[in-house]
Amino acid sequence: QMGNRNVENSCNTCDFSSLGYACRNISTSSALQNRTHVSCDIKGDVAVVRFNTPNSKVNTLSKQLSAEFTDVMNEIWANEAVRSAVLISSKPGSFIAGADLNMLEACKTAQEVTQLSQDGQKMLEKIENSPKPVVAAISGSCLGGGLEVAIACHYRVATKDRKTVLGTPEVLLGLLPGAGGTQRLPKMVGLPAAFDMMLTGRNIRADRAKKMGLVDQLVEPLGPGLKTPEARTIEYLEEVAINFARGLANKTVSAKRSRGLMQRLTDYAMALPFVRQQVYKTVESKVQKQTKGLYPAPLKIIEVTPLHHLICFFSFFGQLAVTKESKALMGLYHGQVHCKKNKFGNPQKEVKTLAVLGAGLMGAGIAQVSVDKGIKTILKDTAQKGLDRGQQQVYKGLNSKVKKKSLTSFERDSILSNLMGQLDYKGFEKADMVIEAVFEDINVKHKVLKEVEAVIPAHCVFASNTSALPISQIAAASKRPEKVIGMHYFSPVDKMQLLEIITTDKTSQDTAASAVAVGLKQGKVVIVVKDGPGFYTTRCLGPMLSEVVRVLQEGIDPKKVDAISTAFGFPVGAATLIDEVGVDVATHVAEDLGKAFGQRFGGGSIDLFKLMVQKGFLGRKAGKGFYVYQEGVKNRSVNSGMDEILQKFRVPANPDVCSDEDIQMRLVTRFVNEAAMCLQEGILSNPLEGDIGAVFGLGFPPCLGGPFRFADSYGARQLVDKLRKYEAVYGSQFTPCQLLLDHANSPSKKFHQ
Amino acid sequence: MPHDLARAALQGLLTRTSVPRDVVDYIVYGTVIQEVKTSNVAREAALGAGFSDKTPAHTVTMACISSNQAMTTGMGAGRASCGVHRDVPALQCPCPAGVGMIAAGQCDVVVAGGVELMSDVPIRHSRKMRKTMLTLNRAKTLGQKLSLISKIRPDYFTPELPAVAEFSTSETMGHSADRLAAAFGVSRLEQDEYALRSHSLAKKAQDEGLLQDVVPFKVPGKDTVTKDNGIRPSSLEQMGKLKPAFVKPYGTVTAANSSFLTDGASAMLIMSEEKALAMGYKPKAYLRDFVYVSQDPKDQLLLGPTYATPKVLEKAGLTLGDIDVFEFHEAFAGQILANLKAMDSDWFAQNYMGRKSKVGAPPLDKFNTWGGSLSLGHPFGATGCRLVITAAHRLKKEGGQYGLVAACAAGGQGHAMIVELYPQ
Repeated sequence: QMGNRNVENSCNTCDFSSLGYACRNISTSSALQNRTHVSCDIKGDVAVVRFNTPNSKVNTLSKQLSAEFTDVMNEIWANEAVRSAVLISSKPGSFIAGADLNMLEACKTAQEVTQLSQDGQKMLEKIENSPKPVVAAISGSCLGGGLEVAIACHYRVATKDRKTVLGTPEVLLGLLPGAGGTQRLPKMVGLPAAFDMMLTGRNIRADRAKKMGLVDQLVEPLGPGLKTPEARTIEYLEEVAINFARGLANKTVSAKRSRGLMQRLTDYAMALPFVRQQVYKTVESKVQKQTKGLYPAPLKIIEVTPLHHLICFFSFFGQLAVTKESKALMGLYHGQVHCKKNKFGNPQKEVKTLAVLGAGLMGAGIAQVSVDKGIKTILKDTAQKGLDRGQQQVYKGLNSKVKKKSLTSFERDSILSNLMGQLDYKGFEKADMVIEAVFEDINVKHKVLKEVEAVIPAHCVFASNTSALPISQIAAASKRPEKVIGMHYFSPVDKMQLLEIITTDKTSQDTAASAVAVGLKQGKVVIVVKDGPGFYTTRCLGPMLSEVVRVLQEGIDPKKVDAISTAFGFPVGAATLIDEVGVDVATHVAEDLGKAFGQRFGGGSIDLFKLMVQKGFLGRKAGKGFYVYQEGVKNRSVNSGMDEILQKFRVPANPDVCSDEDIQMRLVTRFVNEAAMCLQEGILSNPLEGDIGAVFGLGFPPCLGGPFRFADSYGARQLVDKLRKYEAVYGSQFTPCQLLLDHANSPSKKFHQ
Repeated sequence: MPHDLARAALQGLLTRTSVPRDVVDYIVYGTVIQEVKTSNVAREAALGAGFSDKTPAHTVTMACISSNQAMTTGMGAGRASCGVHRDVPALQCPCPAGVGMIAAGQCDVVVAGGVELMSDVPIRHSRKMRKTMLTLNRAKTLGQKLSLISKIRPDYFTPELPAVAEFSTSETMGHSADRLAAAFGVSRLEQDEYALRSHSLAKKAQDEGLLQDVVPFKVPGKDTVTKDNGIRPSSLEQMGKLKPAFVKPYGTVTAANSSFLTDGASAMLIMSEEKALAMGYKPKAYLRDFVYVSQDPKDQLLLGPTYATPKVLEKAGLTLGDIDVFEFHEAFAGQILANLKAMDSDWFAQNYMGRKSKVGAPPLDKFNTWGGSLSLGHPFGATGCRLVITAAHRLKKEGGQYGLVAACAAGGQGHAMIVELYPQ
């Protein structure tokens, strides 16, 4: 029972007769008549504060919202009739999704950011010390600054649905929780859990948050009643939160959490100085190892968490916000947002039935990310054995989610009912899109294209998941080339976020719209590029891998090559990457692209690859490549069988270009040069997609933000100088492209403004 | 064992109706939690109750509407019992409507009923233990057997209780009821008031001797149970003190405003009208029409009556105003009140049921006036027959023509039936 609605006032008319410290703000509240971001209702003796950023799907902590929020809180503190408060959002999908990035990016100096952080902290401190209990009613994303607001409150009630996630993703943007979270979080969930949250930036679902002590109560989402489920659920959340707020004010509810035995033991241990030190040391060395010192944010987080002076923590936040790593990571964030939109608009016909040809690793992966989005998917293979393997892969992928409890076994079963495994073309007459993931051979592709076109309806899109064959070549066999497109997925499909879509001159807008829509539905970050040998991603990777081979030929062993490349920020070492891709695939691609681009793809000897293929050293899938892979063995050893091969192709090294840094730069400059050339040739339509493709598809170091951001921050001039230096030693594969030269010649030119 | 209770119901029916055993063509029983030894409990009970061994019998299951399913399978109306062990006499019902064995001409006389023995549900060994035991059966040598036995660990002995949770959603029914009540804004007080009403009305009906459908049952080694023993009118204050049972600590569904699970069995004699008249019986009621519905097992688990009521009325060509007696299964007070609100909502009818307008909420003065599952108890598989026979008895007592029976069931299913008093 919510109390009599007639006594509900709006804050606008609240009683200011009690003159507390809040009165100081009375002058600023003259604008409260037209608040746009925060509103307030008084329900009996409980104030309900509602966040609602206008014209936006999510609430963000912008200057405007913060100012209005401060105003409203001051009124609440001044109003004697109010004994407690509830903070809630008017948007069911978002409590507060974080700080307004534009606001941070608009700051020119570290001081400005420090000031913002201090202002935020001051407000949250007031909430934390509020004599009137404040309850956060959380529905939807509660991230970053939103989580900081929530944990400054005295009590938290959260909706237990999938949209409700709590987390501190600041680290992913090269920042740290900027308004006191580094201090409050450890007190709330304990040091280990707090480190885990802040250093990984992972999203925590409501039920998990309850177990951790991050929220106090859960509210189950409601079904339809006399209103829509969404509307009634958030209303119910508010009712429950109001009851708890009232209970806290009446002292019938205690905000103290009963902590489990394990938690109490952990707390006790953490109170011991040497245990604390040990934890810090362990965490720090782990972070050092993983980040190679390339990311400043995680280390700063560790540094500020031991309840240092707040001042130092603010300045750290300010410092971090203006680092180039943070700028790079924020750039990637914006790029991701950009690549989650369909620039071709909505397709005429939504893809409801998808057919995937080939139940291999890629085909089954594509099927997996489709069925769980509710797309009816036909998985076709030519052999029962291959089909069985593919279906098992889909099952295993979904079942691992059941094991992690992110899916129930019932949901898994009903998702799997969307999958139809078969050996024939039955049901293809209903397919809205066919994605082929068959063997990378133009004749095989032509054969399936013709077979498929005989059975599919007129509107059906034919997409090829090839990593290198030009789409126009594949489309040459088609009766309807406007319906042919490339959809280049990355392996493993369920883990890799990128999808590279390739359009030919003949591909229609609607076909492109349809492909992008499917990719977005599958949860992918989508870049759209023009057709050409290797498209964008494969083409950038080619020269770099060729250089890796060259480096190996010069006598640097694979382990060292890996160490040098990961030290630069690549998540996977360059030699390991070749093993992962598969030496046979790499050979195939290198040959094709070599034919198309000539010397620019030269450097390493392709015969080395060919010999590896001959010897069966195909990489991870064969158990042997540069390394030996054994099930259950973590520390893999170098494949001794490679010694002979490497010896055979050995070339003398020029000590002028063989320092660790030079080797790194030889790999990276070729990558960046080729990326720039793709932009120059119009394969890429903008640098943003180029950065996203390189980072999400190829593992280009995220801290550098992608090849174009790197060119900006490193300097085109410096890049060109390096390229020239290597060109003098090795030849034309290092010749800088015209676009890079242009940038080098006019320093004001940047890929990203 | 459940078949004992079912047997008592069947014997009670034979006694009350004096129907010759060999006239019965078929027996259908509903049950939910099956005793593995008597998985076709209908047959075991019929044999034990002295029915002819030439009368086939089968068992059906459809959660809380299992005995409704038994009735409609046999197509007839039933006789139900409920409460703790109670069985009931049968009601002869000609059944001109619908499908089922009688309507299809397969049979003339069918006995339908249901049974549930909640006090002794089968509890299984853990899967690991079951596997070990089954493998042990195949082990040949002593060595093999010993090696298998030596692999048994303490956790193998953890038993598996039958879940009261929905298989598809893993949500218990009480939890779903609490969410349903919240979705429709049903308060704790409203629920407690309704539950109190159910207990008070049941007590009154019991005191006035209206619950004539109960057959005494002698519990082996204990006293004879002669009446429903779960009727406990309390006070709102007392009920208000209880803590929420499912959504803790702030939910609204408590032990006092939920139906309680009891043992019980029911049986009912169903005939075609011609056969009944030919045999010299005077039927109690016609079973006019029935429907089954199903919807989302997560958020609309207990809304079966809302969906089934307008459908069965339409099918029978009646309106809500034509109904004199409503007998709804009271799973939870919150569930009943949510259904009443849903039936009274144009918004719900339009957005979720694809109907132009609401069917309307039944008037409470015609609604479950002799108590319901909240006060009489709810032996899953047996409840349906009790609803139907109570509707028939109320029609006779209160002088109406049509009764409407409705119930919800696990799996998000529902059922409704129109019962018509046989012309007096």
